[in-house]
Amino acid sequence: MNRQIARLALVGVGLLAALIVATTYWQTWATAGLADRQDNEIQRVAQFSIKRGLIRAADGTILASNRIKKVGGQKLYLRRYPQGGLYAHVVGYSTQSRSRAGLESSMNDYLTGANRNLDTVLKTTLDRIRGATIKGNDVWLTLRPGPQRLAMQQLAGKCGSVVALDPRTGKVLVMASRPTYDPNLVERDFARINNISAACRPAAPLLNRATDGLYTPGSTFKVVTASAALDSGRFTPQSRFYDPGYCIEYGQKVRNAGNPEAPETFGSVDLATGLEHSINSVFCNIGKALGAGEILGYAKRYGFYEDPPLETPANERSPSGLYHGAKLFRPDSPQTQVDPGRLAFGQEALLATPLQMAMVAAGVGNKGVVMEPHVVDRVTNPNGGVVTRTKAKKLRRAVGTRTAQELTQMMVAAVQSGTGTAAQIPGISVAGKTGTAETGVNGRYTSWFICFAPAEAPRVAVAVVLQDQTGFGGQVSAPIAKAVMQAILAGKSNP
Amino acid sequence: MSYRNRELANLVVVGALTALGFASVYIARQEVVSTASLSYAGFFFALYLAAHLVGRLTVPYADPYLLPMAGLLTGIGLTEIYRLNPTDAFRQGLWIVVALAAFAVTLFLLQHDYRRLESYKYLFGLSAIGLLILPALPFFGTSVNGARLWVHVGSLQFQPGELAKVFLIVFLAGYLREKREVLAQGRLKDFGPLLLIWGGAMLVLIETNDLGSALLYFGIFLAMLYVATGRVLYVALGSGLFLAGAFAVYHYVAHVRERITIWLHPWTDHAVYCPINGKLLPRQDCASYQLVKSLYSVAHGSWFGTGLGKGTFRTTGGGELIPYLNTDFIYSALAQELGLVGVAALLLVYMLFVARGFKIAMLADDGFSKLLAIGLTFAFALQTFIIVGGILRLIPLTGITLPFISYGGSSVVANFVLLAGLLLISNRANAERG
Repeated sequence: MNRQIARLALVGVGLLAALIVATTYWQTWATAGLADRQDNEIQRVAQFSIKRGLIRAADGTILASNRIKKVGGQKLYLRRYPQGGLYAHVVGYSTQSRSRAGLESSMNDYLTGANRNLDTVLKTTLDRIRGATIKGNDVWLTLRPGPQRLAMQQLAGKCGSVVALDPRTGKVLVMASRPTYDPNLVERDFARINNISAACRPAAPLLNRATDGLYTPGSTFKVVTASAALDSGRFTPQSRFYDPGYCIEYGQKVRNAGNPEAPETFGSVDLATGLEHSINSVFCNIGKALGAGEILGYAKRYGFYEDPPLETPANERSPSGLYHGAKLFRPDSPQTQVDPGRLAFGQEALLATPLQMAMVAAGVGNKGVVMEPHVVDRVTNPNGGVVTRTKAKKLRRAVGTRTAQELTQMMVAAVQSGTGTAAQIPGISVAGKTGTAETGVNGRYTSWFICFAPAEAPRVAVAVVLQDQTGFGGQVSAPIAKAVMQAILAGKSNP
Repeated sequence: MSYRNRELANLVVVGALTALGFASVYIARQEVVSTASLSYAGFFFALYLAAHLVGRLTVPYADPYLLPMAGLLTGIGLTEIYRLNPTDAFRQGLWIVVALAAFAVTLFLLQHDYRRLESYKYLFGLSAIGLLILPALPFFGTSVNGARLWVHVGSLQFQPGELAKVFLIVFLAGYLREKREVLAQGRLKDFGPLLLIWGGAMLVLIETNDLGSALLYFGIFLAMLYVATGRVLYVALGSGLFLAGAFAVYHYVAHVRERITIWLHPWTDHAVYCPINGKLLPRQDCASYQLVKSLYSVAHGSWFGTGLGKGTFRTTGGGELIPYLNTDFIYSALAQELGLVGVAALLLVYMLFVARGFKIAMLADDGFSKLLAIGLTFAFALQTFIIVGGILRLIPLTGITLPFISYGGSSVVANFVLLAGLLLISNRANAERG
């Protein structure tokens, strides 16, 4: 019988060996995959035992902090957002029931001390061995609380967004989006967020309109078209056009009336006047002369057709460009697939985010060089030492220095005597461009204003968009841009 | 060193380890746990010392590793149960006292010759069947989680299947010893008992809705049949019949069908019908909730675990993340807190226990002892495999206790009786060899 017993012993021991193998699989091989699963609450709750790093604005204002809760004798660090809805779209939230969003999601590794910087790895490993609470790193943003608050106040009751950049560095100084939500409610009372109503439909309070909201850029896109016209050498600011009040495309009249800011007939004008008064027929003709491919090429140099580089999660940012349905449309042969005239004044199927249009303004202001926008200034460890600091980085040169100067002059003229007079700031020259895009609903427009100041050495570039407006870009958006610029220029400059 | 002195030395090590376990739970959870927790370790050590003394009196030549290993496993179990729920740990402590009493009684009663049990084999067989049917009776039986495994007497809850398992092994050891030559010849009429047992296992499965127990009983039977007859064909035939039966049950019993579906596809991307609340939900939020959460717990432990007392088992609101944590799913709690290093060591202890059991069977010199020893040992190994394998998705998950570790009175008592049996067999074999 002993032979059988020996064999059975092999089976018995083998069964237990199989358990060791299976345990090894789940605890090593499968760990990463399971940790990423949405329904993995253990992983999410476990992260609450880490003393999560703070998120702070440029001046140190605390945007996300911790409140300690004891559950079954274990200390949990739950999030508090002392600023409520003011920074909700950038900061996001970290909760158990709905996981994470915003920088709370994309900067999670830094905030929980899981980043791979040697200094952090050593500290957290030591804490782990000692059984001490693991502390995350603090994240400092480039956002300026004064102007941010002002921008949110200006947007109150509307649907829209304000983005302000430092053109020299790409620092995001203001990123405001309305309607907003109180991130403190995400865990407690999400239904209330779902029920938020606003001046637009859907209200989508969780949407970061600054980076994820896509709007027809309308006449603000003329800055891009003018870039192509001048930088390609095909036109100069003095190039003459005759404006009969419309432009003929495919045998059809495309009327200036489409732009209610400049319904009159201008007659013989040059390109500079065309931009100053936002004359559609001028740009329509430029578009026909350059072709859609050339214009789109320049748009790409400003950052269209790529995910805007920012530290927020990729799924909270959208690329700007032509859209078919809900998908980015990359024409194989723009000459036949895209209407160049309508593209030239920012209609067609063109959609852009406020961040993208702010990058256009900033690029022109920064002598033609677009800087990579960033909202995280630095990460510091719990003792205050810098873990990593964001360096100003060039995205690419969009247009030559000379083109940039010519564009600046034309945009200054638009604010001085053209469509954007509402953005004038006494003592400071402002360069700007209005936009009033058709939404397809009669009498409802998307109102834009993009600008930078001071024109000769810009310290701020702003894009403002308002949804579903009856007023025009120059009337409703320009004053908001002006107020935000003033607030930023009044504060001490911190390059 | 004599057998018993070696056992004592091992027990001292186990006592120290248990004290260390309770101390680390105390350190990690000072806020909810009082210093009284440390007295658990002392109490625990005293208990095992008493068991050891009973061993000295009754089974002086028995294997010196089994009792310390059982002590280590109950120690780890008690520590983890204490960490999860101190009240449960107190009750478990009481059950361990009862179990050790049963252990002592078994040793005292059978110390001279346990082999006289053989003549009562049919009584054991009948009692086993009686115990198995008990939960299905309308008056006593209770259904927990879709399976009828429990008996209620007043406020006392009892799972008779655990004890039935030991009785069944005694019966089979006696029966197979008597009939092994006849069975080995393979005449058709001798297959009667085999078919009878197969039918019985299936009946238990249908009655109690419990796949795990059916697999356990039938596995024990096949293992013992194989050792008794040496015919692999019987094992193949028996497995085939079991699979065929299981397949039929799969088609007719929704509960069993669901277990299999959960095992194969615990995660779904789309919403499926949820039989619990009638809504459409992804399966991981409904039927496979327990399995999936327990896998997350295992995975969260990774290499070194979170440390005793530092695991995550509750939501930020204080609710339970994994249901049945200290009974069926205690392995996933241990895996999270001790990590791969810890639970692999734990499984090695099980492996060692099983290896010692088989060694005892080899050393025993009569058929009944050998069959009894392999029956008890294999039952121990298979039960561990069924629950841990279920948690690790090697096989469909069924609720069954992890020997010596899970919270649960009947299980601890049955396992200590099982241990007493192995010690008796080993004592006799070693004594005769001198």
